[in-house]
Amino acid sequence: MTDTNAKTGRFHGLLQSRAIWPLLALALILIVDGIISPNFYDIRIVEGRLFGNLIDIFYRAVPTAMVALGMAIVIGTKGIDLSVGSIAAISGAIIAWRIQAGDPHGVVLFYAVGAGAICGMWNGGLVAILGIQPIIATLILMVSGRGIGMLINLFYGGTNPSFQSDLLQGLSTGSIAYIPTRLIVFAVLFVVVWLVLRRTALGLFVEATGGNAAASNLAGVNAKLIIFVAYVICGIMAGWAGVILTADTHTSDPVSVALYIELDAILAVVIGGGSLAGGRIYLGMTVIGALVIQALTTSILISGLPPEYNLIIKALVVLFVLVLQSEKARRGLMTKLWGKA
Amino acid sequence: MSALLNKKYLPFYATVFVFIAIFLIGGAMYKNFLTTRVLGNILADNSFIIIAAIGATFVILSGGIDLSIGSMIGFVGVSMAVLDSMGWNPLATAVLMLAFGFAFGAFQGWVIDGLDIQPFIITLAGLFLLRGACFMVTINSVPINHEWADLYTDIKIRLPGKGLLRSSAIVMLVSLAIGIFVAHFTRFGTNVYALGGDKESARLMGVNVRRTTVMVYAVAGLYSALAGVVYALYTKSGYPLAGSTLELSAIASVVLGGTLLTGGVGMVAGTLFGGMILGLISTLIIFNGSLNSAWILISSGILLFAFIVLHRFLVGSFDHNRQ
Repeated sequence: MTDTNAKTGRFHGLLQSRAIWPLLALALILIVDGIISPNFYDIRIVEGRLFGNLIDIFYRAVPTAMVALGMAIVIGTKGIDLSVGSIAAISGAIIAWRIQAGDPHGVVLFYAVGAGAICGMWNGGLVAILGIQPIIATLILMVSGRGIGMLINLFYGGTNPSFQSDLLQGLSTGSIAYIPTRLIVFAVLFVVVWLVLRRTALGLFVEATGGNAAASNLAGVNAKLIIFVAYVICGIMAGWAGVILTADTHTSDPVSVALYIELDAILAVVIGGGSLAGGRIYLGMTVIGALVIQALTTSILISGLPPEYNLIIKALVVLFVLVLQSEKARRGLMTKLWGKA
Repeated sequence: MSALLNKKYLPFYATVFVFIAIFLIGGAMYKNFLTTRVLGNILADNSFIIIAAIGATFVILSGGIDLSIGSMIGFVGVSMAVLDSMGWNPLATAVLMLAFGFAFGAFQGWVIDGLDIQPFIITLAGLFLLRGACFMVTINSVPINHEWADLYTDIKIRLPGKGLLRSSAIVMLVSLAIGIFVAHFTRFGTNVYALGGDKESARLMGVNVRRTTVMVYAVAGLYSALAGVVYALYTKSGYPLAGSTLELSAIASVVLGGTLLTGGVGMVAGTLFGGMILGLISTLIIFNGSLNSAWILISSGILLFAFIVLHRFLVGSFDHNRQ
């Protein structure tokens, strides 16, 4: 305990040291990539858009990073949202349905993201109002959400309907001034979430609620409302991921779209230093976490290793990062190395 | 008698009631539904999910979670198939796989307790690790042809009526009986309940938290591996994607079976009925013929919702804040 007291003075330094691990991991992966493949860092312009491995890592990380931002807030409230992949599937099914119904595509975008918000309200209601444990509450939508997406497809357009939309496909696969549009979309969303969290008291309230819901309630924070809002934001971000992923293939495929994205998103949050015990939100580091995951996948692809190794290496890196972040493991290692000092 | 009326058991009674109700509804709707043949088929078709769910019940009773179930089933399946093609006897591979499942689970439990990391994340890494291992073993679907596998699938017990109790259903019922015994009549079982009820109190009462945690995940790994063996012999093949997302069905079975995900409350026997309810729903939808498989997912979700809300209100009075 005295150990902790001595460290509070250097709290900022401690924070920095927490942040250094994921950045180091990302740097290490990129350096190894450079050694394996000499032209790894090359960036060229093809058909009016930047191309290259580095751009590709950002490009492919966008859906996971979007979901991870929302997940970071939910995890900040000591919650978890398993249903994000299903929400993306519902949002994709709604896109295919409303485009075939002939709605203006801007309105369709609104519907898709709005569906995410409604799903978030459902989750938030279960957790905040009924007081159900988050992992179970969101399990319900996780199990049934892809079924809902399949039903929407079934009633309007058959199995895996495809669609054409310049607006939505432009958002997902287009580019503006050489920069892939989805990176711009993500940047805008990131800034909005950051502003809402850090330029209002919401972020503080979320962290207070996650740290100790009862105490923050006594301090006058409406913990239920805060938790509810966190799930709605998470739903909206999952809806956006659904838009990007569905527009990418211009097909609604509820069975396999965003499969396992909840796991990657939770990993991104944890790699970024967030604790599932709640009370902390690191938005920037969460994005780094998503980039670490994608960089890893990309480097396995370019290294010429069979893609079968992808999951194993991912698991080992995750374990490694977790061990580094575990207080208990670090303390144990210190004691081993320097005795009882 | 008062023990039987304990509020804790209400979710279990509700599960049994819902199971019987759905079975009767099915019987009213379809002529050949209310038969031992349908019952035997549901038992056999869902045996591996229920076996895995029994292991998951222990983990959830202890206040943890195990996401590595589906990958374990897949890994055991491909390993059995590949070793079979190399001429191994299925019995030998089965024993080897059970030992592997036990050891892998114990390792997960050791990391969870030793490094104090949330079980969700560790077993998620386990999910990736084992699924990746599946692809390293083989990327093809491999058949199992050994004559012992045929012998195993030929074992059947006739039920009254035209029903058959197939070998996988027998294995499931035996492992269920062992699970019930371990949970309710051994010191380990008591320790699991104590750990899930309140870790700190359990420690103060003298429960060896580390050993219990390691054992809980080892038991879960053992049951998952057994589920993998049953699945491989039932389908007579190994496929690297087999068992994907089965951990969800297992967890849903446990929840429908009346076990609280907060730990400490529930019964192993409930898991059988939880898994059977999920099996009944898909059988009903298949019987209907015109309904899309999307309805299986949606109706499972609706049932899950109903049960979770029921638990919430039934046990709200002695619910404590989770860890």
